[in-house]
Amino acid sequence: MFRDLNLDQVFAAVASGRDEYDLMPYFAAPLRNVRAVQYRHEVQHDLADDALAKAVADFALAMREMRENLGLASRLRERYQKSRWFLDAARAYCAAVIALTDALTAIDPGSRGFAAFRRYLADYTRSEAFTGLTADVARVTSALDEVRYCVLIKGNRVRVTRYEGEADYSTEVRRTFAKFAERTVKDYRVGFRGRAEMDHVEARIVELVARLYPEAFQALDDFCTGHSGYLDETIRVFDREVQFYAAYRDFIAPMKAAGLEFCYPVMSASAKETNVRGAFDLALAAKLMPRAGAIVRNEFHLTGAERIFVVTGPNHGGKTTFARMFGQLHYLASLGYPVPAGEAALFLPDRVFTHFEREEDLATLRGKFEDELVRIKGVLDEATGDSVLVMNESFASTTLRDAARVGEQVLDQMTALGLLGVYVTFVDELASRNAACVSMVGTVVPENPAERTLKIVRKPADGLAYAAAIAGKYRLTYRQLKERLAR
Amino acid sequence: MKAFLLYPDRDFDLELDLPPNEADLSSDLELDPLLLAMAGGDKFLLDVARRGLHSGLTIPAEIVYRQHVLADCIARPAVVRELYDVSLAAITGERKLFGWTFRDSPESVLYRARQVMQLYLDMFRRLRGIADAHAASFGSEGFTRFFAMLTEELADGYLAEVEAQLGELAFRRGTLISARLGPGAKGTGYVLRRHSEQGWRDRIPGLNKAGYTFFVPERDEAGMRALSDLTSRGLNSTSSALAQSADHVRSFFELLRAELGFYLSCLNLRDRLTAKAGPVCFPDPDSLVPAGAGPVRLSARGLYDASLALSLDDHQAVGNDLDADGRQLIMITGANQGGKSTFLRSVGQAYLMMQAGMFVPASSFAASVSTGVFTHFKREEDITMEMGKLDEELDRMSAIADQITPGGLLLCNESFASTNEREGSEIARQVIRALTEAGIRIVFVTHLYDLAERYYGQHDPATLFLRAERQPDGHRTFRLPAGEPLPTSYGQDLYQQVFGAPDQAQTARM
Repeated sequence: MFRDLNLDQVFAAVASGRDEYDLMPYFAAPLRNVRAVQYRHEVQHDLADDALAKAVADFALAMREMRENLGLASRLRERYQKSRWFLDAARAYCAAVIALTDALTAIDPGSRGFAAFRRYLADYTRSEAFTGLTADVARVTSALDEVRYCVLIKGNRVRVTRYEGEADYSTEVRRTFAKFAERTVKDYRVGFRGRAEMDHVEARIVELVARLYPEAFQALDDFCTGHSGYLDETIRVFDREVQFYAAYRDFIAPMKAAGLEFCYPVMSASAKETNVRGAFDLALAAKLMPRAGAIVRNEFHLTGAERIFVVTGPNHGGKTTFARMFGQLHYLASLGYPVPAGEAALFLPDRVFTHFEREEDLATLRGKFEDELVRIKGVLDEATGDSVLVMNESFASTTLRDAARVGEQVLDQMTALGLLGVYVTFVDELASRNAACVSMVGTVVPENPAERTLKIVRKPADGLAYAAAIAGKYRLTYRQLKERLAR
Repeated sequence: MKAFLLYPDRDFDLELDLPPNEADLSSDLELDPLLLAMAGGDKFLLDVARRGLHSGLTIPAEIVYRQHVLADCIARPAVVRELYDVSLAAITGERKLFGWTFRDSPESVLYRARQVMQLYLDMFRRLRGIADAHAASFGSEGFTRFFAMLTEELADGYLAEVEAQLGELAFRRGTLISARLGPGAKGTGYVLRRHSEQGWRDRIPGLNKAGYTFFVPERDEAGMRALSDLTSRGLNSTSSALAQSADHVRSFFELLRAELGFYLSCLNLRDRLTAKAGPVCFPDPDSLVPAGAGPVRLSARGLYDASLALSLDDHQAVGNDLDADGRQLIMITGANQGGKSTFLRSVGQAYLMMQAGMFVPASSFAASVSTGVFTHFKREEDITMEMGKLDEELDRMSAIADQITPGGLLLCNESFASTNEREGSEIARQVIRALTEAGIRIVFVTHLYDLAERYYGQHDPATLFLRAERQPDGHRTFRLPAGEPLPTSYGQDLYQQVFGAPDQAQTARM
């Protein structure tokens, strides 16, 4: 189903760069009741506030830094390296928690989800465990930051001393050559490999530095033994869960900036009245970025006994895109996400099924038509009246007569179940099969091949011939030129 | 340190893109012979000549600034060539100083930068010598400032300080570096330090400053590498600063060479043109005239096509007089091969040269500057389908419309002739009207009688009509006096000239 609707691409893009949070299980768990959907809508309403979104993003970054520091602390071998990275992990953690607490207190988000977490943080940050941790971090860090030393290298002899105010020679050199320093582009500083490890000369030097500054290094040792299990479990879980929202927000933000509308759908678990305006295929929009603003948007509605859109029309008329969009809207809505549409009132389905034309599968040893029949039977056996079914070019591998007959039977079964669906077909007569069917037609408006307008509408097909005057094609008429030169 | 010989306030930008229509200008205006004459066989000069020619200066004061510098160059060519040679010596000398390790370490960067700066120090002294000897004989603002800058920036005391500093950067007492603890307790913030003065206490073991010493065994290769790595970190910013200084000086010499090179290329061209007895003069540039804000200027005496002049072996190119002050549109009709295209080219070349601060091929030339010269010439490419040809033409015009701005100059040579006369005229009318209204000047060579005749009927004082001359015997003078459009272009004359057999019926009709 994900693959037919191109939701696999969508979710891969949403989760990209966020492997560490393992978001896929969330995407595979649609919600079954409207209240749960609303709970998520509330959280995302809060996150629409840039200040809160930034606070969450900063928190995630700091926690990522913390994990990296912990990774180094466990991987590296030199004693002072391990303990110093552990200290930095704890420091990143404290900073993350304090910054998030401050932000939540200031913003005071209204959603049930955020409000509860804000209260938890307020208590936690006042606890002795946390205040003790932050105080120790600050004390030990500043002691180490004050350490300054000198290394004198001559041949193979190395001497390590405390730094005692020796003058900066590099600025002296710079001063002499300052008049030639302007407008230089190339930086000749050599990029040293930022290896985390120390070589044995560095390790030897740090040992000697520790002997020059014994108190600071003793404090570091004590910190590591005293605070080994500092990470709070609730905070760790929040760090992961909030990414479910942040990831989607980041994914759709550039599309919104490109002029695409998203909305929180009005959901119902009982009424199948459907009303959608300005909907588009999210996977296609992502592919078209940054020019997604020109993507075709469609509107559709179902009233009374209407349940199934039967889509016909010319090839490359946007039929498949419409079918995918319909499925995507319902699935994304059931995850509690805002949907790619200007406005949407949707039914909350129990499941979304798809039946797309497949490449012939040699392993099954069945013909394509037979394979399709087997698959649709499986779907219809599992589907309920609360399901959504998207069928695309089903039964195209057989004769028109067969396709029509099977199509009629499948449509009748779908109607009998009462489920919502899209049925994309080349068989025109299916469009008016019964009262549950709504005929939609793909249209091609060949104005300019570069800007294809592929709308699916509730009316018969009409082709518009368009021939521009040749000068007009190059925008060289008087009027066009005046406009161009007025820039 | 800036040479500022091309602009009073900025460098010659060698990285700047040429105008997007440079290739069109080059082929339509036949700029190659002109540029080759400027280059005189030098590839570098060819490049700076091309960039210089497309400077597109629009401020008369900047044009005059160059004219004055160029006048100095014409008066003292030997000194200018000497300056050019010093800059060239600095550049070629630097190229010979290769770094001596493959991997750039701060030590090798520093070593090379010290050598390079030493070389530049010598070149500075040579520049100073030229300035001291000749500054007084230069009168232009550009050269006066340049010589004063050399005297001030490269004072004797400063040159001595540089020399001393280069000596100290050899670090004979070892490298002293300070540091603090960075991420993971690794050293960071390495700063090169000056050794404190050694007192007697420092020489006695046990009494000197508290510290610990160790030795890396010579056979410990990894250890020695680590040590050199550490030294590198300490030297990093200092060696980079010195190398950057060397770069800056190199770019000074490179710019000096390029800027002087442009003037040398002008001298080359001048020599070639005057050898052909072609007059050259410094034009009189006038300010840009915003759309509708008054009459534009354009008048010339003896204006000729410099590229044509350079390629003619014996006879001189024909010069034309032009009085087009106050004219927004110049429409040129008349005999085939009557000098119309040549005239268009001479106007385009003169504009480019004027706005490059150069002399122009004319005995006098005065014009309002343009915001850009554009050409739309009939192309001879073999495009078999007629539709395709018109498409190609319109596409090019559309590209021009994307680039041209008010105050631009558009030179059209038989535009829109690839369709029938009625359609071509209609398209042309719309284009001309929109462009001239936007404050763009157009010189339009055309055989579209329908177009030219209708414009003539409007009696617009902002339109000038020129007609390629043809004497009663069919001989062409290649001159373009003012004249109303005539319904035929004397193609028959050419036919006669080529085929020799007069066609009675057609001659009679004419």
